Amino acid sequence: MRERPAAELDAVDRRIIDTLQGGFPISEHPYAEAAAGLGVAEGELIARLQRLLEAKVLTRFGPMVHIERLGGAFVLAALAVPEARYEEVAAAVNALPEVAHNYRREHALNMWFVLATETPEGIPAAIAKIEADTGLPVHAFPKEAEYFVEMMLESRV
Amino acid sequence: MSTSSFDAADRAIIVATQGGLPLVPRPYHAIAEQTGLSVEEVMARLRAMLAAGVIRRIGAVPNHYAIGWTANGMTVWDVADERIDALGSQVGALECVTHCYRRPRALPTWPYNLFAMVHGSSREEVLAKAEDIRTLLGDACRGSDVLFSTRILKKSGLRI
Repeated sequence: MRERPAAELDAVDRRIIDTLQGGFPISEHPYAEAAAGLGVAEGELIARLQRLLEAKVLTRFGPMVHIERLGGAFVLAALAVPEARYEEVAAAVNALPEVAHNYRREHALNMWFVLATETPEGIPAAIAKIEADTGLPVHAFPKEAEYFVEMMLESRV
Repeated sequence: MSTSSFDAADRAIIVATQGGLPLVPRPYHAIAEQTGLSVEEVMARLRAMLAAGVIRRIGAVPNHYAIGWTANGMTVWDVADERIDALGSQVGALECVTHCYRRPRALPTWPYNLFAMVHGSSREEVLAKAEDIRTLLGDACRGSDVLFSTRILKKSGLRI
């Protein structure tokens, strides 16, 4: 997924993105309920969500789990990857299901990813696997305090 | 924080929805069919997990780039240990910051202990916001950097 120019969205798409980042109903016909709030038909909301997911404007639609509340762990980690090996190392890291997301960043530490595991022991195991698969040392930055988390952003296009 | 009330049925619901909620008129019925639970139980358990914070929210996760937030900077700061908790909360409260954490330093190469994610439509906008953070931190800040993302390599979200 390359850094892409902003997508072509119309007013209804923007309303869906801006109002449906949370609060989706838990009911018999949740899409119909959400669609009524947006002023569109149920079928249109479903079709638009499908299209936004296919176009990768949305990466997911559904519940977002807070794994630490389940006894799991969530750790930010980084690698300093030699440029010549970047694609190969990215493929090796992304192959682990424990890698929830992964970003290229401009720094000597040029690959930053998040490990999410169902148990705390899963983190050192995933780190050991990445180190064995890539031959590179993993720098782990577990959070010591959470001051703020709010992932919702309004569309700007 | 471990929750003893989380059981195999909750786990089955999470596994059934982690790739996304079914895009059908009655998605919770689809999950009920898939997990073998009744639809009433699926909805009751989802409500309970939302209330307990096991599920943060149910909805859309946008690709930030695609909706116009094309500049994404992980701002990192070396903040005096005795002041970081008070200042971290203030940085997290800034409108431009979407995530803010204290993390361990990795000396000598990584002196930064405060991480604040800043989004904008341009690098200039992100750097201007980073200046606001610098002003707020004042003399408690001994060094900083901004790591711009240039590519999303993976964004699948959690998989258990």
